[in-house]
Amino acid sequence: MKGFKIISLLLMLLIASTAGAKTLKLAMDADPVSLDPHVQLSGGMLQYSHTVFDPLVRWTQDMKFEPRLAEKWERIDANTMRFHLRKGVKFHSGNPFTAKDIVWTIDRLKKSQDFKGLFEPFTSAVAVDDFTVDVKTTKPYALLLNMATYVFAMDSVFYTGTDANGQEKDIILKTGASFALDNESGTGPFIVAEREQGVKMVYKRFAAYWDTKSPGNVDEVVLTPIKKDPTRVAALLSGDVDFIMPVSPQDFKIVGNAKGINLVTMSGGRVITFQLNQESRPEFKDVRVRQAIAYAVNNEGIVKKIMKGTATTAGQQGPKGYVGYKESLTPRYDIAKAKELMKAAGFEKGFEVSMMAPNNRYVSDEKIAEAVASMLSKIGIKVNLKTMPKAQYWPEFDNRAADIMMIGWHSDTEDSGNFSEFLAMCFDKDAGYGQYNAGNYCNEKVDALVLGAQVETDLAKRAIMLQEVEQILYDDAAFIPMHWQHLSWAAKNNVKLEAIVNAQNFPYFGDLVVE
Amino acid sequence: MFAFIVRRIIQATVVMLVIGFIGFSVKHQLGDPVRDLVGISVSIEEREALRQELGLNDSFLVQYGRFLKNAMHGDLGYSFFYKRPALDVIFDKAPATIELVFAASLIILLISVPVGLYSAIYPKRFFSKFAMGVSIVGVSIPVFLTAIVLIYVFAVQLHWLPSYGRGETVDVFGWESGLLTIDGLRHLVLPSIALSSIMLPLFIRLIRSEMMEVLETEYIKYAWAKGLSRRRIWMVHAFKNTLLPVITVGGVQLGILIAFTILTETVFQWQGMGFMFLEAVERSDTALLVAYLVVVGALFVVVNTVVDIIYGLINPTVTVASR
Repeated sequence: MKGFKIISLLLMLLIASTAGAKTLKLAMDADPVSLDPHVQLSGGMLQYSHTVFDPLVRWTQDMKFEPRLAEKWERIDANTMRFHLRKGVKFHSGNPFTAKDIVWTIDRLKKSQDFKGLFEPFTSAVAVDDFTVDVKTTKPYALLLNMATYVFAMDSVFYTGTDANGQEKDIILKTGASFALDNESGTGPFIVAEREQGVKMVYKRFAAYWDTKSPGNVDEVVLTPIKKDPTRVAALLSGDVDFIMPVSPQDFKIVGNAKGINLVTMSGGRVITFQLNQESRPEFKDVRVRQAIAYAVNNEGIVKKIMKGTATTAGQQGPKGYVGYKESLTPRYDIAKAKELMKAAGFEKGFEVSMMAPNNRYVSDEKIAEAVASMLSKIGIKVNLKTMPKAQYWPEFDNRAADIMMIGWHSDTEDSGNFSEFLAMCFDKDAGYGQYNAGNYCNEKVDALVLGAQVETDLAKRAIMLQEVEQILYDDAAFIPMHWQHLSWAAKNNVKLEAIVNAQNFPYFGDLVVE
Repeated sequence: MFAFIVRRIIQATVVMLVIGFIGFSVKHQLGDPVRDLVGISVSIEEREALRQELGLNDSFLVQYGRFLKNAMHGDLGYSFFYKRPALDVIFDKAPATIELVFAASLIILLISVPVGLYSAIYPKRFFSKFAMGVSIVGVSIPVFLTAIVLIYVFAVQLHWLPSYGRGETVDVFGWESGLLTIDGLRHLVLPSIALSSIMLPLFIRLIRSEMMEVLETEYIKYAWAKGLSRRRIWMVHAFKNTLLPVITVGGVQLGILIAFTILTETVFQWQGMGFMFLEAVERSDTALLVAYLVVVGALFVVVNTVVDIIYGLINPTVTVASR
């Protein structure tokens, strides 16, 4: 009887303490693969990092830098940026946050298989005092602040030592159990309270969170991965969840018209392109043939008919807002011009090529490829199209298995240069450039400009260089740009999602207001 | 009986070896698991190093030999994605699938037997014709369509039932059960109806035609002549003989039901083995994939063995040992 009383008292306390607590039921297409932010560089893991950790600086909606763990920063010399850190910040473990943690985190980033490429220009950071840290690069580096958005401070004390299995706590393991896989200690707005991989993840608000000015009032986030697009939408419409991301273009109409539901879309940074392999098809070596293809493709039609208006037509790699963006480079659809160019190149009768595309990687990827194939048939290019799931597509892509290959790209650095480094520069296995250049396009001038832009810290000069790159690629028809996919989120009307979403697709749940 | 079971175990081992071999051969066609583990901009050398570390560069025979050796010790490999032994992952997911299959079987049993018997006994009545008509339609609608229509009507429009997931579960000696909570049962309704919809028409038709055939036999006519009660003739003499083929088919169909959980679970985000399998295929999480095939293969053998034993119990003219 006494036990019963105690239990009921505890229950009452529990009810009292949860009264007024706000829970957000969130459904995404997948849940984080690990609690270790350095195990994989992917959208899902960065979304997780913004929830549980804090970066030095982060992107705002208008693509500027916003101070987080760094309060201010200044360039001391060409290779050094000094960050002044926020004081009084605590990790989830209770440990205080200091400059040592930033040094430790950057060292760990340089060991991570996925991040080491991005942090290659960095040398070790140096802690000047407890709240000042100098981040150094080997050469002047214009994207230092862009990279600082990836420096999510990890608790160096918490992650040091050996775990119960005698393994180093800081080890980064992709396929095995590790301490960081199941344990976290960041400074972020939420603590991972419960996790069942692939089923559910529960975040609880961190009581000692430093950002007391944040308007965020969500106490608990329950993340459920719902893989199928229609099921995710149904869960929102039936009221089982409050917030879903992403929303498939097919469902825009039904979600947009639903009562009490708010759909938000935003132009994203992922460009969808086709590459024309100049090594397997000598015809593609002729710039006129490549231009003819660019003229034959109706970007507008594809965006309207297949993407249902949920994309922006593209004539270049980086979207508006990126430094290399050039207003004048727009899609050039003109069948007559295309036929003329084919004739001038001596391919009036056309030729036959192979094309490959994934069927579950990008929005409507298979349909886009089919549409492009039929558009090319109008200028006499017969396309043998093969589509396949992404798991099989990537090995084919690595082998440059078809004459035309589809690739979508999002710049990890949120900068124009990154597109060219991977997609347009001459393939150089040792330096890692042109890794996804299945067109084998190679132009020394482009290479020189992109490499020059890496070390150019005068941002105005740098912009001109990157815009010139886009212009050359456009004139050369180095690849066939299609469009930039839109990002999409939907939530019940009482969830104020507009304020926390951005073009990087990292919703800042810590700042989310639920009425 | 003992000899029979020993023979079955030997058969089961052979079946599982074959399944393991086939699963292993297919996995090379499924793409590169390393791709799913790294970000897109990771260099080719880093990926190659990871392949080496995972033993994916060894020849087929070396990999298969390693797999067999570990399998003998009850280790079916390590899931790349879950970062845990594949068998552990499957056993975690199994309760969800078993409960779903159980609920669907129950629905099939409770509806197909009375409807099948009724329409065999009164074939001319309106309800019988209606049931036959509906079952033709039912057979031809794919399960994911049924599932989406159910979600749309009962979750989105009427708000009666939840649209996805298992809801609240209770841990009973390590078995995460959704059968013991109201919330769990509510979540179970739509998926189990969707899953049962593929088998229900088949069973109604099967029971009906078997029963009609039996009702025409000499011994039933004799029973009528003898003046036995209608109840006794239908339920004891006719129904019992109708069951024999139904049980055989049921054993085979249970396997198909498990196969269809893959679709049903995916649509309802039901966290069972079927959903896990489909994801494993997409990620080329090969250890998990092969382990699933082996476990389901084992399940098939067990179910068929049980069916054979039951068959012997119901039909005394069949002795188990001779089969």
